[in-house]
Amino acid sequence: MALVQLPEWAALAPALLLAGTALVLFLFDSINPGSTNRALLAGTAVAGSLASLAVAVWYLAAGVGATGIENYGVVDVMNGQFVVDQLALYFMIIISIVTALVAVASYDYLRDHTYQAEYYSLVILAATGMSMIAVSNSLVTIFIALELTSLPSYALVAILKDNRGSVEAGLKYFLIGALSSAIFVYGVSLVYGATGSLQLEAVADNLSAAGEMGGLLGLGILMLIGGVAFKTASVPFHFWAPEAYEGAPAPISAFLSSASKAAGFVLAIRVFTTAFPLEATTAVIGVDWTVAFVILAIVTMTLGNFAAATQENVKRMLAYSSIGHAGYVLIGLAALSTEAGDLVMGAAMMHLLVYGFMNTGAFLFVALAEYWGVGPTFEDYNGLSKQAPFASAAMAVFMFSLAGVPPFGGFWSKYLLYTETVNAAADNTILLVLAAALVVNSALSLYYYSRLVKALWIEEPLLDRDRLAQPTGLYAAIIAAAVMTVVILPAFDPIASAALEAAAAVVG
Amino acid sequence: MMLEALIAVALVGALVTFVAPNRIAGKLAFAISLVPAALSLWLFAAFDGSGNALLDGDLAFESQAAWLEIGDYSISWFVGLDGISLPLVVLTTILCTLAIVSSWTPIDERESQFYGLILFIEAMLIGVFSALDFFLWFVFWEAVLIPMYLLIGIWGGPRRKYAAIKFFVYTNVASLVMFGSFVTLVFGLGDSVTSFGLPEIATAMLAGGPEGFFGLSGTTLASLAFIGMFLGFAVKVPVVPFHTWLPDAHVEAPTPASILLAGVLLKMGTYALLRFNFTMFPEQVEAYAVPIAAIAVISVIYGAMLALAQTDLKRIVAYSSVSSMGYVILGLVAYTQFGVGGATFQMVSHGLISGLMFMSVGVIYNATHTRMVTDMSGMADRMPIAVGVLIAGAFGYMGLPLMSGFAAEYFIFFGSFGSELLAYSALFTSLAMFGIVIVAGYLLFALQRTVFGPYRLETDYEVGRAPVHDVASMIVLLGLIITLGVAPDLIFTMITDAIDPIIQGGGL
Repeated sequence: MALVQLPEWAALAPALLLAGTALVLFLFDSINPGSTNRALLAGTAVAGSLASLAVAVWYLAAGVGATGIENYGVVDVMNGQFVVDQLALYFMIIISIVTALVAVASYDYLRDHTYQAEYYSLVILAATGMSMIAVSNSLVTIFIALELTSLPSYALVAILKDNRGSVEAGLKYFLIGALSSAIFVYGVSLVYGATGSLQLEAVADNLSAAGEMGGLLGLGILMLIGGVAFKTASVPFHFWAPEAYEGAPAPISAFLSSASKAAGFVLAIRVFTTAFPLEATTAVIGVDWTVAFVILAIVTMTLGNFAAATQENVKRMLAYSSIGHAGYVLIGLAALSTEAGDLVMGAAMMHLLVYGFMNTGAFLFVALAEYWGVGPTFEDYNGLSKQAPFASAAMAVFMFSLAGVPPFGGFWSKYLLYTETVNAAADNTILLVLAAALVVNSALSLYYYSRLVKALWIEEPLLDRDRLAQPTGLYAAIIAAAVMTVVILPAFDPIASAALEAAAAVVG
Repeated sequence: MMLEALIAVALVGALVTFVAPNRIAGKLAFAISLVPAALSLWLFAAFDGSGNALLDGDLAFESQAAWLEIGDYSISWFVGLDGISLPLVVLTTILCTLAIVSSWTPIDERESQFYGLILFIEAMLIGVFSALDFFLWFVFWEAVLIPMYLLIGIWGGPRRKYAAIKFFVYTNVASLVMFGSFVTLVFGLGDSVTSFGLPEIATAMLAGGPEGFFGLSGTTLASLAFIGMFLGFAVKVPVVPFHTWLPDAHVEAPTPASILLAGVLLKMGTYALLRFNFTMFPEQVEAYAVPIAAIAVISVIYGAMLALAQTDLKRIVAYSSVSSMGYVILGLVAYTQFGVGGATFQMVSHGLISGLMFMSVGVIYNATHTRMVTDMSGMADRMPIAVGVLIAGAFGYMGLPLMSGFAAEYFIFFGSFGSELLAYSALFTSLAMFGIVIVAGYLLFALQRTVFGPYRLETDYEVGRAPVHDVASMIVLLGLIITLGVAPDLIFTMITDAIDPIIQGGGL
């Protein structure tokens, strides 16, 4: 028995807290425009995202959104336009973790920067949008949340106004983003045309009514996949990612490649499991839509990894590797055609959480290097471990974890993904190809990840560096991410079971 | 909880050493490493297990705690020792302590990182030999790679980058092949297996093996898994033709890393072969006995011939490991009490002897700055004690009676000569025995040119006696070699206790 009965909308608290934080930051800015009180601004942003994290964890632990007893705990808000279930809470946790890490790291990164308040409020606004994507249960609310995520992101990428790369990246990101938004909303309208509904369950109920408009519906689904592919930086809408990540300030690259990608995936998971149940949809459009994800997964992971292997620029390498990781996660969607699909999906979500730590950490290390004025290429990173052994050790943890080497978190989630895919392949042999591609790509990725470790630890520095500063915020964020990447090993059980249960609830 | 304590002391010690100042790191690491060494000797004294850990035997120091459930499989923290693993754990802790002592002279930069990595390796190696859950075991198995990669890469010789990458890629790819084979096999076992516990999997394998998977029959699947795992472990051992990473890694590695590499890391391969291939697949061992024995004999002869052709002392010792490990494989495939028992005995014995040899080469190199046989002559004049120990070690290598090498080789040949399982066993054994002649040849040849005769070494510095701590650790090793040679029963009884259930078809 709960002591206090919370109102229904309180279930959205993790997202609302973020929205409130953004408003508070705006308020600070209007009271004292151009303030560079970094402690206050960054502190507010961190406090807001940690509060959001705490509430999301509390809800998840308390059983909000748990299924099993006649949808016990799943909260519908506004007639099902929003839904707070375990899937939503799980992704809100990922998003608020990344936001907190990025906000902590930005404290140092934005040292001499104007537009401090704007920066933090844009970050928190984008995070609000991502959280809203996680709870949205209707194509309209999804689209609005998507735009709420995208618009601040465009501005953030271009926020280094004096840097041509940053502005150009922002422009590219904006153009491709606008195009893919258009494609996505076109897809939404086609789905609406075929089924007459926007709310996801209603779309599923009305699928059979689509009847002759199966082709239209199929086209709509394809366009929705396009929108998802953009948001998750998957082939064929991946071109923007290396450019945007390279040009953007490194904490923003971390933010986009971890949190924004997670938001893209929760969108895909929610839409495709709820609105387009496989059998019913196949009956109408005549094509199994998981085939699209099978192809996307293989192409994305292979292309991402091969492109990453040829980069000379560390940020671009990380960008392409993050495309590769999107390919791994896509396996979760590709496996929905099988009986064990919920397990594969849970494993993919698990990977996203681990990825939230290791990939954010890796980009934050790049932020640290930029803070020190170290150049962008592998060679510029040579010998950094001599001056900064702790940060370099943390970076080695991120690299080996991303490559999937034990005992780090990345191994566990990749392992889980691999075994569950092999297990599910009993139903659909094509998944064996996916499992094989996962292993081969993982082995390949070791090459370029270990190359960075080699640069940091083994190579001699090209030129003598002065003593490097040790910025507290960046160090704290990087070490925290590294510790979490390792700690996931003993704490694997609760995290994995949360992911698996959340997946089982939506895939059902 | 003793095993946990062993691992924890080494792990925490690694962290403490990593943050300690360089100047005290060596002594600190030595002090820390005495704790696991003492604890493991206490384990040895208190050992009360019998039988085989994987087949129904009494485990010593067993502890098991549920860790996580994934799908239909549970994974647990499951460690314990039997007569096979206990000697190897003791070998690990002792060699690590001695390796730390022998690093005091040659390691003169980034000491805290160096000693931290050595202690980290120690923790992982103890884990490899005591883990009884596949998963846990694999984590330890792979985690050994990272510190060794860094040890070779940072503190190694001139071609260290090449050697480090080659080592990492070779052994990691092999691990992936093995991992894929094993996991697929476990899925093929179907409902009879509900965890990744090695005893459970071994029992299921002996009770009938896999049912089949993806249209492959059970027998085919078992054969494929056997071959995949054999190849995976063969690289680690290494056997010809997968041995090429070994001389590169050895020659470039700093002395302490070579000691651990030859002394313990190679044993991981043969230990895993014994635990997996030779315990779980008796039928496949019988079917593939002849090719495996052929590989073993080729490794013995070819490795010895390669050693004969070298002029670098360290390379000679490195190649001789290939041939010594060939004996281990021959003993295993004989599948008799003395064969398999002798192979296990040889793992320990070779760990001690090759550790001693690498240590001696290191001591000579520290004094002379050369390892070339052609550059040296009459070293006995300048460093009599160190050279005396080197000669004794070489005699141990050649298998002189009352040294552990003799006991090991005698057991192996005795066991393999009359093997019923292996066809042409007499022929294979005689061929392998010929290896002893070559071993004696290259060792005596090398000793004669470097150690005896008039002193000649063109240096502009004084070559003097070896430091006391180096000589002391060499004498400790020599003492152990002689002890095991005089009284092999100290460990051979516990080894055969654990071996018997394997060769009696699992004893089930």
